[in-house]
Amino acid sequence: MHEVGTLGPTAFIVITAIKVLGAFTIVMLVVAFLTLAERRVSAWIQDRLGPNRVGPQGLLQPIADGLKNFAKEETSPRRASRFFFILAPMMSIGPALVTFAVVPFASPLPTRWGLVDMVVADLPIGILFILALSSLGVYGIVMAGWSSNNKYSFLGGLRASAQMISYEVALGMSLVPLFMLAGNVTLTRIIWTQQEELHWYLVFPLSLSFVLFVISALAETNRLPFDVAEAESELVTGYHTEYSSMKFSMFFIAEYANMLTASALMATLFWGGWDIPIWAGDNMYVVAPGIVQGAAPALWKTLLTFAVFSVKTLFFCFMFIWIRWTVPRFRYDQIMHLGWKVMLPTALAYITLNGTAILTLDSVGLPFGGLYGLILTLVNGLATIAFLTVVDRDRVIGSATRRSAGMPGSLPYGVSATRITAHEATKVGEV
Amino acid sequence: MAIGVTRVRRPASDTSYVRASLRGMALTFRHLIRPQKATLEYPDEKPVLSTRWRGTHRMAVHADGRPKCVACGLCPTICPANCIRLVPGEDDQGNRYPVVYEIDEFRCIFCGMCQEVCPVEAIHVGQDFENAEYSRSRFVYDLDRLMAQDHPVTDLWDPSDPLGQ
Repeated sequence: MHEVGTLGPTAFIVITAIKVLGAFTIVMLVVAFLTLAERRVSAWIQDRLGPNRVGPQGLLQPIADGLKNFAKEETSPRRASRFFFILAPMMSIGPALVTFAVVPFASPLPTRWGLVDMVVADLPIGILFILALSSLGVYGIVMAGWSSNNKYSFLGGLRASAQMISYEVALGMSLVPLFMLAGNVTLTRIIWTQQEELHWYLVFPLSLSFVLFVISALAETNRLPFDVAEAESELVTGYHTEYSSMKFSMFFIAEYANMLTASALMATLFWGGWDIPIWAGDNMYVVAPGIVQGAAPALWKTLLTFAVFSVKTLFFCFMFIWIRWTVPRFRYDQIMHLGWKVMLPTALAYITLNGTAILTLDSVGLPFGGLYGLILTLVNGLATIAFLTVVDRDRVIGSATRRSAGMPGSLPYGVSATRITAHEATKVGEV
Repeated sequence: MAIGVTRVRRPASDTSYVRASLRGMALTFRHLIRPQKATLEYPDEKPVLSTRWRGTHRMAVHADGRPKCVACGLCPTICPANCIRLVPGEDDQGNRYPVVYEIDEFRCIFCGMCQEVCPVEAIHVGQDFENAEYSRSRFVYDLDRLMAQDHPVTDLWDPSDPLGQ
Protein backbone atom coordinates (compact mmCIF):
# COMPACT_ATOMS: atom_id res chain seq x y z
CA MET A 1 0.00 0.00 0.00
CA HIS A 2 1.29 3.42 -0.90
CA GLU A 3 -0.37 6.61 0.17
CA VAL A 4 0.15 9.32 -2.39
CA GLY A 5 -2.67 11.63 -1.49
CA THR A 6 -5.73 12.67 -3.46
CA LEU A 7 -6.14 15.59 -5.77
CA GLY A 8 -7.87 18.67 -4.51
CA PRO A 9 -10.98 19.80 -6.38
CA THR A 10 -9.15 22.52 -8.38
CA ALA A 11 -6.23 20.26 -9.19
CA PHE A 12 -8.69 17.55 -10.21
CA ILE A 13 -10.46 19.81 -12.69
CA VAL A 14 -7.22 21.19 -14.13
CA ILE A 15 -5.56 17.81 -14.42
CA THR A 16 -8.68 16.22 -15.92
CA ALA A 17 -8.82 18.99 -18.51
CA ILE A 18 -5.16 18.37 -19.34
CA LYS A 19 -5.80 14.64 -19.59
CA VAL A 20 -8.81 15.15 -21.88
CA LEU A 21 -6.83 17.48 -24.09
CA GLY A 22 -3.81 15.20 -24.12
CA ALA A 23 -5.78 12.04 -24.83
CA PHE A 24 -7.79 13.75 -27.55
CA THR A 25 -4.69 15.14 -29.21
CA ILE A 26 -2.87 11.84 -29.08
CA VAL A 27 -5.87 9.92 -30.39
CA MET A 28 -6.32 12.35 -33.27
CA LEU A 29 -2.62 12.24 -34.07
CA VAL A 30 -2.51 8.45 -33.97
CA VAL A 31 -5.62 8.34 -36.16
CA ALA A 32 -3.95 10.64 -38.65
CA PHE A 33 -0.86 8.50 -38.76
CA LEU A 34 -2.92 5.32 -38.95
CA THR A 35 -4.27 6.53 -42.27
CA LEU A 36 -0.69 6.92 -43.42
CA ALA A 37 0.23 3.54 -41.95
CA GLU A 38 -2.68 1.96 -43.77
CA ARG A 39 -1.54 3.33 -47.08
CA ARG A 40 2.12 2.54 -46.53
CA VAL A 41 1.54 -0.98 -45.20
CA SER A 42 -0.90 -1.79 -47.98
CA ALA A 43 1.63 -0.51 -50.48
CA TRP A 44 4.41 -2.64 -49.04
CA ILE A 45 2.19 -5.68 -48.97
CA GLN A 46 1.42 -5.11 -52.63
CA ASP A 47 5.07 -4.43 -53.52
CA ARG A 48 4.45 -0.73 -54.01
CA LEU A 49 5.93 2.23 -52.18
CA GLY A 50 2.93 4.18 -50.98
CA PRO A 51 2.88 7.91 -50.26
CA ASN A 52 6.47 8.89 -49.55
CA ARG A 53 6.84 12.31 -51.10
CA VAL A 54 5.41 14.65 -48.45
CA GLY A 55 8.04 14.94 -45.77
CA PRO A 56 10.49 12.19 -44.84
CA GLN A 57 8.95 8.81 -45.66
CA GLY A 58 5.65 10.57 -46.31
CA LEU A 59 5.24 11.45 -42.64
CA LEU A 60 3.57 14.78 -43.42
CA GLN A 61 1.03 13.17 -45.73
CA PRO A 62 -1.78 13.12 -43.09
CA ILE A 63 -1.33 16.86 -42.59
CA ALA A 64 -1.48 17.45 -46.32
CA ASP A 65 -4.62 15.30 -46.49
CA GLY A 66 -6.19 17.20 -43.61
CA LEU A 67 -5.49 20.57 -45.21
CA LYS A 68 -6.81 19.30 -48.51
CA ASN A 69 -10.02 18.12 -46.91
CA PHE A 70 -10.54 21.47 -45.20
CA ALA A 71 -10.00 23.29 -48.45
CA LYS A 72 -12.16 21.09 -50.62
CA GLU A 73 -15.53 22.06 -51.92
CA GLU A 74 -18.40 20.92 -49.78
CA THR A 75 -21.14 19.34 -51.81
CA SER A 76 -24.48 18.28 -50.48
CA PRO A 77 -26.96 16.50 -52.68
CA ARG A 78 -30.04 18.57 -53.45
CA ARG A 79 -32.46 15.78 -52.59
CA ALA A 80 -30.72 14.66 -49.43
CA SER A 81 -32.42 15.11 -46.11
CA ARG A 82 -30.33 18.04 -44.96
CA PHE A 83 -30.71 17.76 -41.22
CA PHE A 84 -29.81 14.09 -41.00
CA PHE A 85 -27.20 14.47 -43.71
CA ILE A 86 -25.32 16.92 -41.49
CA LEU A 87 -26.07 15.08 -38.28
CA ALA A 88 -24.72 11.73 -39.50
CA PRO A 89 -20.99 12.53 -39.48
CA MET A 90 -21.32 14.00 -36.00
CA MET A 91 -23.11 10.89 -34.81
CA SER A 92 -20.33 8.84 -36.26
CA ILE A 93 -17.34 10.72 -34.91
CA GLY A 94 -18.69 11.53 -31.44
CA PRO A 95 -18.94 8.02 -30.01
CA ALA A 96 -15.75 7.01 -31.78
CA LEU A 97 -13.77 9.64 -29.89
CA VAL A 98 -15.59 9.41 -26.57
CA THR A 99 -15.07 5.68 -26.09
CA PHE A 100 -11.35 6.13 -25.60
CA ALA A 101 -12.06 8.01 -22.37
CA VAL A 102 -12.30 4.89 -20.21
CA VAL A 103 -9.20 3.14 -21.50
CA PRO A 104 -6.31 3.33 -19.01
CA PHE A 105 -3.16 4.10 -20.92
CA ALA A 106 -0.44 4.06 -18.24
CA SER A 107 0.20 3.31 -14.59
CA PRO A 108 -0.95 5.98 -12.10
CA LEU A 109 1.31 9.01 -11.82
CA PRO A 110 2.27 10.52 -8.47
CA THR A 111 2.41 14.31 -8.58
CA ARG A 112 2.88 17.12 -6.10
CA TRP A 113 -0.87 17.55 -5.96
CA GLY A 114 -1.69 13.88 -5.50
CA LEU A 115 -2.14 10.70 -7.48
CA VAL A 116 -3.23 11.06 -11.10
CA ASP A 117 -4.95 8.10 -12.75
CA MET A 118 -3.68 7.70 -16.28
CA VAL A 119 -7.18 7.31 -17.65
CA VAL A 120 -9.47 10.14 -18.66
CA ALA A 121 -12.42 8.78 -16.72
CA ASP A 122 -12.05 5.65 -14.62
CA LEU A 123 -15.72 4.75 -14.86
CA PRO A 124 -16.81 1.81 -12.73
CA ILE A 125 -18.92 0.62 -15.68
CA GLY A 126 -15.88 0.64 -17.98
CA ILE A 127 -16.57 -1.76 -20.80
CA LEU A 128 -20.33 -1.33 -20.63
CA PHE A 129 -19.79 2.36 -21.40
CA ILE A 130 -17.75 1.42 -24.44
CA LEU A 131 -20.29 -1.14 -25.63
CA ALA A 132 -23.13 1.34 -25.17
CA LEU A 133 -21.42 4.17 -27.00
CA SER A 134 -19.85 2.15 -29.77
CA SER A 135 -23.28 0.84 -30.69
CA LEU A 136 -24.34 4.45 -31.19
CA GLY A 137 -21.86 4.63 -34.03
CA VAL A 138 -24.16 2.54 -36.22
CA TYR A 139 -26.74 5.34 -36.14
CA GLY A 140 -24.30 7.66 -37.84
CA ILE A 141 -23.74 5.16 -40.62
CA VAL A 142 -27.40 4.29 -41.10
CA MET A 143 -28.37 7.95 -41.03
CA ALA A 144 -25.70 8.81 -43.55
CA GLY A 145 -26.85 6.04 -45.82
CA TRP A 146 -30.51 6.89 -45.56
CA SER A 147 -30.37 10.65 -45.71
CA SER A 148 -28.10 10.76 -48.77
CA ASN A 149 -30.97 9.71 -51.06
CA ASN A 150 -28.63 7.58 -53.09
CA LYS A 151 -29.13 3.90 -53.75
CA TYR A 152 -25.54 2.97 -52.98
CA SER A 153 -25.49 4.90 -49.74
CA PHE A 154 -28.81 3.40 -48.81
CA LEU A 155 -27.62 -0.16 -49.43
CA GLY A 156 -24.45 0.59 -47.49
CA GLY A 157 -26.38 1.93 -44.53
CA LEU A 158 -28.74 -1.02 -44.64
CA ARG A 159 -25.93 -3.52 -44.70
CA ALA A 160 -24.06 -1.70 -41.95
CA SER A 161 -27.06 -1.73 -39.67
CA ALA A 162 -27.68 -5.45 -40.19
CA GLN A 163 -24.05 -6.32 -39.78
CA MET A 164 -23.29 -4.16 -36.78
CA ILE A 165 -26.36 -5.25 -34.91
CA SER A 166 -25.56 -8.90 -35.61
CA TYR A 167 -22.00 -8.68 -34.45
CA GLU A 168 -22.71 -6.45 -31.49
CA VAL A 169 -24.45 -9.43 -29.94
CA ALA A 170 -21.43 -11.63 -30.46
CA LEU A 171 -19.13 -8.85 -29.25
CA GLY A 172 -21.00 -8.47 -25.99
CA MET A 173 -21.32 -12.22 -25.54
CA SER A 174 -17.62 -12.78 -26.14
CA LEU A 175 -16.88 -10.52 -23.18
CA VAL A 176 -19.21 -12.25 -20.74
CA PRO A 177 -16.68 -14.97 -19.82
CA LEU A 178 -14.21 -12.19 -19.13
CA PHE A 179 -16.65 -10.49 -16.79
CA MET A 180 -17.27 -13.80 -15.06
CA LEU A 181 -13.57 -14.46 -14.60
CA ALA A 182 -12.52 -10.95 -13.63
CA GLY A 183 -15.70 -10.34 -11.67
CA ASN A 184 -15.64 -6.72 -12.77
CA VAL A 185 -16.17 -4.44 -15.72
CA THR A 186 -13.81 -1.65 -14.68
CA LEU A 187 -10.85 -1.60 -17.00
CA THR A 188 -8.28 -0.61 -14.37
CA ARG A 189 -9.51 -3.45 -12.20
CA ILE A 190 -9.28 -5.93 -15.08
CA ILE A 191 -5.66 -4.92 -15.59
CA TRP A 192 -4.98 -5.53 -11.88
CA THR A 193 -6.60 -8.95 -12.19
CA GLN A 194 -4.22 -9.84 -14.97
CA GLN A 195 -1.20 -8.40 -13.17
CA GLU A 196 -1.52 -9.73 -9.67
CA GLU A 197 -4.60 -11.80 -9.05
CA LEU A 198 -4.50 -14.30 -11.88
CA HIS A 199 -0.90 -13.83 -13.09
CA TRP A 200 -2.14 -14.61 -16.58
CA TYR A 201 -3.00 -12.29 -19.41
CA LEU A 202 -6.62 -13.09 -20.06
CA VAL A 203 -5.91 -14.01 -23.66
CA PHE A 204 -4.60 -17.35 -22.38
CA PRO A 205 -7.36 -18.41 -19.99
CA LEU A 206 -9.98 -16.94 -22.34
CA SER A 207 -8.44 -17.63 -25.73
CA LEU A 208 -11.72 -18.26 -27.54
CA SER A 209 -13.11 -15.07 -26.07
CA PHE A 210 -10.24 -13.22 -27.68
CA VAL A 211 -10.82 -14.89 -31.05
CA LEU A 212 -14.52 -14.05 -30.98
CA PHE A 213 -13.77 -10.52 -29.82
CA VAL A 214 -11.31 -9.91 -32.64
CA ILE A 215 -13.75 -11.20 -35.26
CA SER A 216 -16.61 -9.12 -33.87
CA ALA A 217 -14.38 -6.08 -33.54
CA LEU A 218 -13.47 -6.36 -37.21
CA ALA A 219 -17.17 -6.43 -38.02
CA GLU A 220 -18.02 -3.61 -35.62
CA THR A 221 -15.39 -1.30 -37.05
CA ASN A 222 -16.55 -2.16 -40.59
CA ARG A 223 -13.11 -3.26 -41.56
CA LEU A 224 -12.34 -5.96 -44.06
CA PRO A 225 -13.32 -8.78 -44.31
CA PHE A 226 -16.53 -7.21 -43.03
CA ASP A 227 -16.60 -3.98 -45.01
CA VAL A 228 -19.83 -4.59 -46.92
CA ALA A 229 -21.04 -1.20 -45.73
CA GLU A 230 -18.46 0.49 -47.94
CA ALA A 231 -17.70 -2.29 -50.41
CA GLU A 232 -15.99 -0.09 -52.99
CA SER A 233 -16.36 -2.60 -55.77
CA GLU A 234 -20.10 -2.90 -55.26
CA LEU A 235 -21.37 0.32 -53.70
CA VAL A 236 -18.91 3.02 -54.79
CA THR A 237 -18.04 3.83 -51.17
CA GLY A 238 -21.28 2.81 -49.55
CA TYR A 239 -22.78 4.99 -46.90
CA HIS A 240 -20.44 7.95 -47.38
CA THR A 241 -20.67 8.11 -51.18
CA GLU A 242 -22.35 11.52 -51.11
CA TYR A 243 -20.04 13.11 -48.56
CA SER A 244 -17.19 15.37 -49.42
CA SER A 245 -14.48 17.41 -47.76
CA MET A 246 -14.49 17.47 -43.95
CA LYS A 247 -17.73 15.53 -43.57
CA PHE A 248 -16.16 12.65 -45.43
CA SER A 249 -13.07 13.12 -43.32
CA MET A 250 -15.14 12.77 -40.18
CA PHE A 251 -16.33 9.32 -41.25
CA PHE A 252 -12.75 8.48 -41.99
CA ILE A 253 -11.56 9.69 -38.60
CA ALA A 254 -14.40 7.79 -36.95
CA GLU A 255 -13.39 4.57 -38.66
CA TYR A 256 -9.80 4.87 -37.55
CA ALA A 257 -10.69 6.06 -34.07
CA ASN A 258 -12.93 3.01 -33.72
CA MET A 259 -10.10 0.86 -34.89
CA LEU A 260 -7.77 2.46 -32.35
CA THR A 261 -10.27 2.00 -29.52
CA ALA A 262 -10.88 -1.62 -30.51
CA SER A 263 -7.12 -2.21 -30.54
CA ALA A 264 -6.73 -0.52 -27.17
CA LEU A 265 -9.53 -2.71 -25.82
CA MET A 266 -7.90 -5.89 -27.13
CA ALA A 267 -4.66 -4.81 -25.48
CA THR A 268 -6.36 -3.86 -22.22
CA LEU A 269 -8.83 -6.68 -21.82
CA PHE A 270 -6.74 -9.55 -23.09
CA TRP A 271 -3.11 -8.52 -23.11
CA GLY A 272 -2.74 -6.76 -19.78
CA GLY A 273 -3.13 -3.17 -20.97
CA TRP A 274 -0.22 -1.05 -19.84
CA ASP A 275 1.28 -3.88 -17.81
CA ILE A 276 4.88 -4.75 -18.60
CA PRO A 277 5.07 -8.52 -19.04
CA ILE A 278 6.87 -10.62 -16.38
CA TRP A 279 8.26 -7.64 -14.43
CA ALA A 280 6.23 -7.09 -11.26
CA GLY A 281 7.53 -3.61 -10.50
CA ASP A 282 4.66 -1.98 -12.33
CA ASN A 283 1.84 -3.97 -10.80
CA MET A 284 -0.26 -1.34 -9.10
CA TYR A 285 -3.90 -0.64 -8.58
CA VAL A 286 -5.64 2.41 -7.17
CA VAL A 287 -7.76 0.89 -4.42
CA ALA A 288 -9.16 4.19 -3.25
CA PRO A 289 -8.39 7.73 -4.36
CA GLY A 290 -4.74 8.36 -3.58
CA ILE A 291 -4.01 4.87 -2.25
CA VAL A 292 -2.09 2.47 -4.44
CA GLN A 293 -1.92 -1.25 -3.90
CA GLY A 294 1.16 -3.11 -5.15
CA ALA A 295 4.32 -1.45 -6.38
CA ALA A 296 5.14 2.19 -5.76
CA PRO A 297 4.07 4.51 -8.58
CA ALA A 298 6.71 6.65 -10.24
CA LEU A 299 7.03 8.93 -13.22
CA TRP A 300 9.41 6.65 -15.09
CA LYS A 301 7.07 3.73 -14.54
CA THR A 302 4.23 5.77 -16.01
CA LEU A 303 6.27 6.57 -19.07
CA LEU A 304 7.45 3.00 -19.48
CA THR A 305 3.97 1.54 -19.11
CA PHE A 306 2.63 4.09 -21.56
CA ALA A 307 5.22 2.92 -24.07
CA VAL A 308 4.23 -0.69 -23.50
CA PHE A 309 0.55 0.17 -23.90
CA SER A 310 1.32 1.99 -27.15
CA VAL A 311 3.26 -0.95 -28.49
CA LYS A 312 0.45 -3.37 -27.70
CA THR A 313 -2.25 -1.12 -29.11
CA LEU A 314 -0.34 -0.26 -32.25
CA PHE A 315 0.36 -3.91 -32.84
CA PHE A 316 -3.37 -4.57 -32.96
CA CYS A 317 -3.87 -1.56 -35.20
CA PHE A 318 -1.28 -3.09 -37.47
CA MET A 319 -3.14 -6.37 -37.28
CA PHE A 320 -6.32 -4.62 -38.45
CA ILE A 321 -4.46 -3.21 -41.43
CA TRP A 322 -2.69 -6.47 -42.10
CA ILE A 323 -5.95 -8.41 -42.11
CA ARG A 324 -7.56 -5.82 -44.35
CA TRP A 325 -4.95 -6.25 -47.05
CA THR A 326 -4.93 -10.02 -46.85
CA VAL A 327 -8.45 -11.33 -46.52
CA PRO A 328 -11.12 -10.74 -49.18
CA ARG A 329 -14.57 -9.42 -48.32
CA PHE A 330 -17.27 -11.82 -47.16
CA ARG A 331 -20.45 -12.12 -49.10
CA TYR A 332 -23.48 -10.71 -47.31
CA ASP A 333 -25.07 -14.10 -46.63
CA GLN A 334 -21.76 -15.38 -45.30
CA ILE A 335 -21.60 -12.50 -42.87
CA MET A 336 -25.09 -13.17 -41.59
CA HIS A 337 -24.40 -16.88 -41.41
CA LEU A 338 -21.17 -16.39 -39.52
CA GLY A 339 -22.74 -13.86 -37.18
CA TRP A 340 -25.94 -15.60 -36.22
CA LYS A 341 -25.25 -19.27 -36.80
CA VAL A 342 -21.61 -19.51 -35.78
CA MET A 343 -20.52 -16.65 -33.54
CA LEU A 344 -23.63 -16.34 -31.41
CA PRO A 345 -24.12 -20.05 -30.61
CA THR A 346 -20.39 -20.41 -30.03
CA ALA A 347 -20.38 -17.47 -27.68
CA LEU A 348 -23.38 -18.83 -25.77
CA ALA A 349 -21.91 -22.31 -25.51
CA TYR A 350 -18.64 -20.77 -24.49
CA ILE A 351 -20.27 -18.79 -21.71
CA THR A 352 -21.77 -22.02 -20.43
CA LEU A 353 -18.44 -23.80 -20.67
CA ASN A 354 -16.58 -21.10 -18.84
CA GLY A 355 -19.30 -20.67 -16.26
CA THR A 356 -19.07 -24.37 -15.54
CA ALA A 357 -15.30 -24.34 -15.44
CA ILE A 358 -15.12 -21.32 -13.15
CA LEU A 359 -17.81 -22.68 -10.85
CA THR A 360 -16.09 -26.05 -10.69
CA LEU A 361 -12.73 -24.53 -9.89
CA ASP A 362 -14.31 -22.32 -7.21
CA SER A 363 -16.22 -25.15 -5.60
CA VAL A 364 -13.11 -27.33 -5.56
CA GLY A 365 -11.60 -24.47 -3.59
CA LEU A 366 -8.72 -23.68 -5.90
CA PRO A 367 -7.30 -20.25 -5.05
CA PHE A 368 -7.62 -17.59 -7.76
CA GLY A 369 -4.11 -17.54 -9.17
CA GLY A 370 -1.59 -19.13 -11.50
CA LEU A 371 -2.88 -22.72 -11.36
CA TYR A 372 -6.46 -21.52 -11.72
CA GLY A 373 -5.44 -19.72 -14.87
CA LEU A 374 -3.50 -22.70 -16.16
CA ILE A 375 -6.50 -25.02 -15.92
CA LEU A 376 -8.71 -22.46 -17.64
CA THR A 377 -6.03 -22.02 -20.29
CA LEU A 378 -6.10 -25.73 -21.06
CA VAL A 379 -9.91 -25.90 -21.15
CA ASN A 380 -10.17 -22.80 -23.32
CA GLY A 381 -7.33 -23.87 -25.54
CA LEU A 382 -9.26 -27.02 -26.42
CA ALA A 383 -12.39 -24.96 -27.06
CA THR A 384 -10.44 -22.59 -29.32
CA ILE A 385 -8.90 -25.42 -31.28
CA ALA A 386 -12.33 -27.02 -31.70
CA PHE A 387 -13.84 -23.72 -32.85
CA LEU A 388 -11.10 -23.00 -35.33
CA THR A 389 -11.27 -26.54 -36.69
CA VAL A 390 -14.99 -26.21 -37.29
CA VAL A 391 -14.68 -22.75 -38.86
CA ASP A 392 -11.81 -23.99 -40.98
CA ARG A 393 -14.04 -26.27 -42.99
CA ASP A 394 -16.12 -24.53 -45.57
CA ARG A 395 -19.22 -25.92 -43.96
CA VAL A 396 -19.27 -22.63 -42.12
CA ILE A 397 -18.00 -19.90 -44.41
CA GLY A 398 -18.77 -21.73 -47.59
CA SER A 399 -20.92 -21.20 -50.60
CA ALA A 400 -24.64 -20.86 -50.41
CA THR A 401 -25.06 -23.85 -52.70
CA ARG A 402 -24.60 -26.52 -50.15
CA ARG A 403 -27.07 -25.05 -47.75
CA SER A 404 -29.65 -24.78 -50.48
CA ALA A 405 -28.39 -26.99 -53.25
CA GLY A 406 -30.01 -26.19 -56.54
CA MET A 407 -30.19 -22.46 -55.97
CA PRO A 408 -28.11 -20.40 -58.33
CA GLY A 409 -25.07 -18.84 -56.80
CA SER A 410 -22.54 -21.59 -56.45
CA LEU A 411 -19.00 -20.46 -56.94
CA PRO A 412 -16.92 -22.14 -59.59
CA TYR A 413 -13.61 -22.54 -57.87
CA GLY A 414 -10.17 -23.66 -58.87
CA VAL A 415 -9.03 -25.62 -61.86
CA SER A 416 -10.10 -28.96 -60.49
CA ALA A 417 -13.77 -28.03 -60.58
CA THR A 418 -15.89 -30.88 -61.83
CA ARG A 419 -19.14 -30.15 -63.55
CA ILE A 420 -21.90 -32.32 -62.23
CA THR A 421 -24.44 -33.58 -64.67
CA ALA A 422 -28.07 -32.67 -64.35
CA HIS A 423 -28.80 -36.16 -63.09
CA GLU A 424 -26.24 -35.93 -60.33
CA ALA A 425 -27.29 -32.40 -59.51
CA THR A 426 -30.83 -33.58 -58.91
CA LYS A 427 -29.46 -36.06 -56.46
CA VAL A 428 -27.48 -33.33 -54.78
CA GLY A 429 -30.64 -31.33 -54.53
CA GLU A 430 -32.34 -34.19 -52.81
CA VAL A 431 -29.55 -34.56 -50.29
CA MET B 1 -34.35 -27.31 -58.31
CA ALA B 2 -34.48 -28.62 -61.82
CA ILE B 3 -31.54 -26.59 -63.04
CA GLY B 4 -28.18 -28.33 -63.17
CA VAL B 5 -25.86 -26.65 -60.76
CA THR B 6 -22.12 -26.71 -60.84
CA ARG B 7 -21.06 -28.20 -57.58
CA VAL B 8 -17.42 -28.22 -56.89
CA ARG B 9 -15.94 -31.23 -55.21
CA ARG B 10 -12.99 -29.89 -53.34
CA PRO B 11 -10.50 -31.66 -51.11
CA ALA B 12 -10.60 -30.61 -47.46
CA SER B 13 -7.26 -28.85 -47.83
CA ASP B 14 -8.78 -26.52 -50.43
CA THR B 15 -11.87 -25.65 -48.45
CA SER B 16 -10.18 -24.37 -45.32
CA TYR B 17 -10.81 -20.82 -44.26
CA VAL B 18 -8.70 -20.36 -41.16
CA ARG B 19 -5.61 -22.14 -42.44
CA ALA B 20 -5.86 -20.46 -45.81
CA SER B 21 -6.23 -17.06 -44.19
CA LEU B 22 -3.22 -17.68 -41.98
CA ARG B 23 -1.19 -18.73 -44.99
CA GLY B 24 -2.33 -15.57 -46.73
CA MET B 25 -1.32 -13.48 -43.75
CA ALA B 26 2.11 -15.10 -43.77
CA LEU B 27 2.45 -14.35 -47.46
CA THR B 28 1.47 -10.71 -47.14
CA PHE B 29 3.80 -10.36 -44.17
CA ARG B 30 6.70 -11.71 -46.18
CA HIS B 31 5.99 -9.11 -48.84
CA LEU B 32 5.64 -6.45 -46.16
CA ILE B 33 9.05 -6.99 -44.63
CA ARG B 34 10.81 -7.68 -47.92
CA PRO B 35 9.27 -5.21 -50.37
CA GLN B 36 10.21 -6.00 -53.91
CA LYS B 37 11.41 -2.83 -55.46
CA ALA B 38 9.44 -2.68 -58.68
CA THR B 39 8.56 0.98 -58.46
CA LEU B 40 10.89 3.50 -60.03
CA GLU B 41 10.74 6.82 -58.21
CA TYR B 42 10.67 8.51 -61.56
CA PRO B 43 11.69 12.14 -61.36
CA ASP B 44 14.49 11.25 -58.94
CA GLU B 45 15.41 8.03 -60.65
CA LYS B 46 15.53 7.76 -64.42
CA PRO B 47 14.85 4.51 -66.20
CA VAL B 48 17.70 2.91 -68.14
CA LEU B 49 16.63 3.13 -71.76
CA SER B 50 17.52 0.54 -74.33
CA THR B 51 20.06 1.71 -76.91
CA ARG B 52 17.35 1.00 -79.46
CA TRP B 53 14.80 3.26 -77.74
CA ARG B 54 13.19 5.51 -80.37
CA GLY B 55 12.24 8.84 -78.85
CA THR B 56 12.54 12.56 -79.49
CA HIS B 57 14.35 13.44 -82.73
CA ARG B 58 17.76 14.96 -83.00
CA MET B 59 19.50 16.52 -86.00
CA ALA B 60 23.20 15.81 -86.35
CA VAL B 61 25.43 18.82 -87.02
CA HIS B 62 28.75 19.43 -88.78
CA ALA B 63 31.73 20.72 -86.79
CA ASP B 64 30.99 24.23 -88.06
CA GLY B 65 27.45 24.11 -86.74
CA ARG B 66 25.56 23.51 -90.01
CA PRO B 67 23.02 20.70 -90.04
CA LYS B 68 24.14 17.54 -91.76
CA CYS B 69 20.85 17.40 -93.60
CA VAL B 70 21.14 17.74 -97.42
CA ALA B 71 17.40 18.22 -97.93
CA CYS B 72 17.12 15.18 -100.16
CA GLY B 73 13.48 14.76 -99.18
CA LEU B 74 13.65 11.05 -98.35
CA CYS B 75 12.46 11.38 -94.76
CA PRO B 76 9.23 13.32 -95.49
CA THR B 77 8.57 10.82 -98.27
CA ILE B 78 8.94 7.72 -96.13
CA CYS B 79 7.37 9.15 -93.00
CA PRO B 80 4.18 7.10 -92.44
CA ALA B 81 2.70 9.72 -90.17
CA ASN B 82 3.49 12.57 -92.50
CA CYS B 83 4.95 14.62 -89.69
CA ILE B 84 8.07 16.02 -91.33
CA ARG B 85 7.89 19.30 -93.24
CA LEU B 86 10.92 20.05 -95.39
CA VAL B 87 11.54 23.07 -97.63
CA PRO B 88 14.87 22.56 -99.48
CA GLY B 89 17.24 25.32 -100.43
CA GLU B 90 20.57 25.63 -102.24
CA ASP B 91 23.52 27.90 -101.40
CA ASP B 92 26.10 29.60 -103.73
CA GLN B 93 28.31 26.48 -103.93
CA GLY B 94 25.35 24.36 -104.94
CA ASN B 95 25.04 22.62 -101.54
CA ARG B 96 21.47 21.72 -100.67
CA TYR B 97 20.33 22.54 -97.21
CA PRO B 98 16.97 22.61 -95.41
CA VAL B 99 15.37 26.07 -95.34
CA VAL B 100 12.58 24.72 -93.16
CA TYR B 101 12.83 21.44 -91.35
CA GLU B 102 10.04 20.76 -88.88
CA ILE B 103 8.97 17.59 -87.13
CA ASP B 104 5.60 17.43 -85.40
CA GLU B 105 6.36 15.21 -82.41
CA PHE B 106 2.64 14.89 -81.78
CA ARG B 107 2.03 13.25 -85.15
CA CYS B 108 5.21 11.21 -85.08
CA ILE B 109 4.77 7.51 -84.35
CA PHE B 110 8.48 7.05 -83.56
CA CYS B 111 8.97 4.30 -86.12
CA GLY B 112 12.53 5.47 -86.83
CA MET B 113 12.19 5.17 -90.59
CA CYS B 114 13.51 8.72 -91.09
CA GLN B 115 16.74 7.75 -89.43
CA GLU B 116 16.90 4.52 -91.38
CA VAL B 117 16.35 6.20 -94.71
CA CYS B 118 18.65 9.20 -94.20
CA PRO B 119 21.62 8.90 -96.59
CA VAL B 120 23.86 11.24 -94.58
CA GLU B 121 22.89 10.14 -91.07
CA ALA B 122 21.51 13.57 -90.27
CA ILE B 123 18.11 12.99 -88.67
CA HIS B 124 17.94 10.56 -85.75
CA VAL B 125 15.43 9.34 -83.26
CA GLY B 126 16.88 9.58 -79.79
CA GLN B 127 16.96 7.87 -76.41
CA ASP B 128 14.69 10.37 -74.73
CA PHE B 129 11.05 10.50 -73.76
CA GLU B 130 10.81 13.60 -71.57
CA ASN B 131 9.30 15.89 -74.18
CA ALA B 132 6.17 17.12 -72.42
CA GLU B 133 5.05 20.67 -73.21
CA TYR B 134 2.43 23.10 -72.04
CA SER B 135 1.03 23.88 -75.52
CA ARG B 136 0.42 21.93 -78.69
CA SER B 137 2.42 24.32 -80.85
CA ARG B 138 5.50 23.61 -78.80
CA PHE B 139 5.47 20.05 -80.06
CA VAL B 140 6.47 21.13 -83.55
CA TYR B 141 10.26 21.10 -83.39
CA ASP B 142 12.02 23.39 -85.85
CA LEU B 143 15.54 22.89 -87.15
CA ASP B 144 17.29 24.87 -84.42
CA ARG B 145 15.53 22.94 -81.75
CA LEU B 146 16.30 19.62 -83.39
CA MET B 147 19.95 20.58 -83.61
CA ALA B 148 19.99 21.70 -79.99
CA GLN B 149 18.92 18.29 -78.66
CA ASP B 150 21.75 16.61 -76.83
CA HIS B 151 20.42 13.21 -75.79
CA PRO B 152 22.07 10.10 -77.22
CA VAL B 153 20.71 8.91 -80.54
CA THR B 154 19.22 5.53 -81.20
CA ASP B 155 21.06 2.51 -82.59
CA LEU B 156 18.42 1.24 -84.93
CA TRP B 157 20.22 -2.06 -85.01
CA ASP B 158 22.84 -3.74 -82.98
CA PRO B 159 26.17 -2.48 -84.46
CA SER B 160 27.82 -5.84 -83.87
CA ASP B 161 25.01 -7.64 -85.69
CA PRO B 162 23.70 -5.25 -88.35
CA LEU B 163 21.62 -7.83 -90.18
CA GLY B 164 19.81 -8.90 -87.05
CA GLN B 165 21.13 -12.44 -87.18
